[in-house]
Order: sequence, then structure tokens, then C-alpha cells
Amino acid sequence: MKDETSLFEEEFYEITNILKKLLETSNSKTVLLIDKAGQLIASAGDTRDLDLLSFSTLSAADFAATSQLAELIGEKEFSSLFHQGEKESLYISMVAERVILAVLFDQRTTLGLVRVRVKHASNELEKVFNRIFEKIKKPVKEEKRLLDEEFTKEAEEEIDKLFG
Amino acid sequence: MALINYAAREINCKIVYYGPGLSGKTTNIKYIYERLSPTIKGKLVSLATEQERTLFFDFLPVDLGTIRGFRTRFHLYTTPGQVFYNASRRLILKGVDGIVFVADSQRDRMDENIESLENMQENLSFYNMKLEEIPFIMQYNKRDLPNIATVEELEKILNPWKVPYFEAIATQGKGVFETLKEISLRVLKHLSQRAPT
Repeated sequence: MKDETSLFEEEFYEITNILKKLLETSNSKTVLLIDKAGQLIASAGDTRDLDLLSFSTLSAADFAATSQLAELIGEKEFSSLFHQGEKESLYISMVAERVILAVLFDQRTTLGLVRVRVKHASNELEKVFNRIFEKIKKPVKEEKRLLDEEFTKEAEEEIDKLFG
Repeated sequence: MALINYAAREINCKIVYYGPGLSGKTTNIKYIYERLSPTIKGKLVSLATEQERTLFFDFLPVDLGTIRGFRTRFHLYTTPGQVFYNASRRLILKGVDGIVFVADSQRDRMDENIESLENMQENLSFYNMKLEEIPFIMQYNKRDLPNIATVEELEKILNPWKVPYFEAIATQGKGVFETLKEISLRVLKHLSQRAPT
């Protein structure tokens, strides 16, 4: 697919480091980076009690629905979303027009601080993602495939076993 | 837009069940959810109305396990079938890797099937995607009901692409896993043909 996202080690660690830094400097609980289709890219912080797959999907859906609302009133996009809870709150924003950054935080910090730190982290993430998108545009070299025919064969066996 | 994370060695693919209202998309997903072992399925998320009509989507993650070192997951989504939910439907198609079109076999539902197929193509074109470029299969559901069209008729009207089709009675689970198996295989094959180095 044209806009397939592939992450390689170098960028992945860079992204994870940016998220970790954001987590610390904003004093938040959990930071998640999600692609627009709802798939989790990377996370930092406490994720033990969180159903990450559902959380990612719903965050992406939430953001997508809100973007449509923006369009309906003639805005290009609402650049961020904030949901306030009694104990925990959620701040969601878009990075590089392609990925969604979700920050979960509690009373140990403030929305203002989270917002400032997110802005800073977004700039850093944008640079990394622009590099990733450049990489993806380059043509595929046949001989170096990681997902080769063997992969397909093994996948077939696994699918047979599970769904057969 | 499959997400391939070479660092964490993870592959996530998105499969969408599309089709007219009440054709059985949610029934497919629910049956899969009930039958899969708890070790490989995640939580079933349903954003539905009080009358159990899909409002935004149903979502079920299925873990295929580790294949050649890659933890491989399918994210199954349904779209809301009702005509007026098109904005939501379009959002679900974002980043889709494979589509199952769930058609209602009843004769008097043929117009709805056609309309939904056309709507699906329109929504794909919004993302500059073409049906021909995406793994895509048909499911002719509700084969147990009276007054259904023959498979030949359905094929002629709904499947000019001649993609594989499956007959199904989703309420009884017939054809549900056959459909899932076929689309999963096609998605992974498609992915391995396109994955970068």
C-alpha cells in the first residue's frame, strides 16, 4: 500500500526516547504514539492496566471523528483534543499530519505543562517521521526482503491452525 | 496501511467488513470472538446504539502469534451499514489492508448491496485507493433465508471482479472462518509482496 508505515530500529529507538523524555518532563503517566489507522506505534510509561489495542483504536477513532467535526464547521482540523476525568485526563494531538500522540496524566501535572511539552516533542517526532516517510518512498530491493515467501508459507500454516 | 515495526518485530494489519445495514457484519465478528481461544483474541469493542445497530465500528484484535520472528496481529473492524453513517464508514476505511464485503443474499436487498458496493468504492477513492489494489473478497450471507438470490445471480450483479466468494450463515457460524481465513492469507501475501527491506 502506498502509505504503509514501516519502522526500523534506528527510528523506533529515537521515537521511544522522545516519548520517554516527554513522559518525564511533562510528569504524565502514559504516552502513546498511534497511527491514524488506530495501530499502536510506541509507548512510554505505565501501561500495565491499559488495554493498549482498544485504547489505540478508540483514540484514533476519536481523533478522526473530531477532525470531521472540524471540517463541518470549516476548520481544517482541531489540532488537539482534551478529555478531562475526575482523576485522569487525556490529551490527544496530531504529529506530522500522520500520527497521533496521546498523553494520559493525573493531578501530578497540569494541562498547561503537558501541552507545552507535547508541542516540543511533536517537533522532534515530526523530524523523525519525515525521515521515515522519505525512506518508505524508496523502491524495494528484492533480495533483502524480510517478509519473504517463507513468511507467507509460515503464515499460511498458522492461519490454517487457528482459523481452519 | 499495515504497520510493520521492524524494531519491535510486529506486524499489524487492518481488515474491514463492509456491507449494507443488517447484512451481518457484526454477527461475523461476534462469532469469531466467541469461537477464538482467549489467548489469541483481544477485547471486542462495539460502538453501537441501544438497539445494537453499529454506530461507529466494532473492533476485534486477533493475534496470529509469531511468524518468522514477527508478532502478527489482525485488527478486524466492521463499518456501520446504515446509509446515513457514511462519514463514520469512510473513517474506518483509513489505512485498510483487506476488505470483506458482506452481502445480504435476499432478493429484496439487492439494491442495498449495490449501493453499498458503490459507496465503498467512492470512500476508497477518497484515500486514493482502488478496490483492485486491495485484497478483497465477497461473502454472500443469510443463505438460510427464503427468497434469496442464487449464487450465480449474486456473482453476476455484485462481483464483476471475480474475487473469491463464500456462502455464509453468520448466525450459525457457517462460512465465517472460511471468509476470515481467505482474507487473512490474502492480506499477508499482499504485504509480503510489498514490504520494504
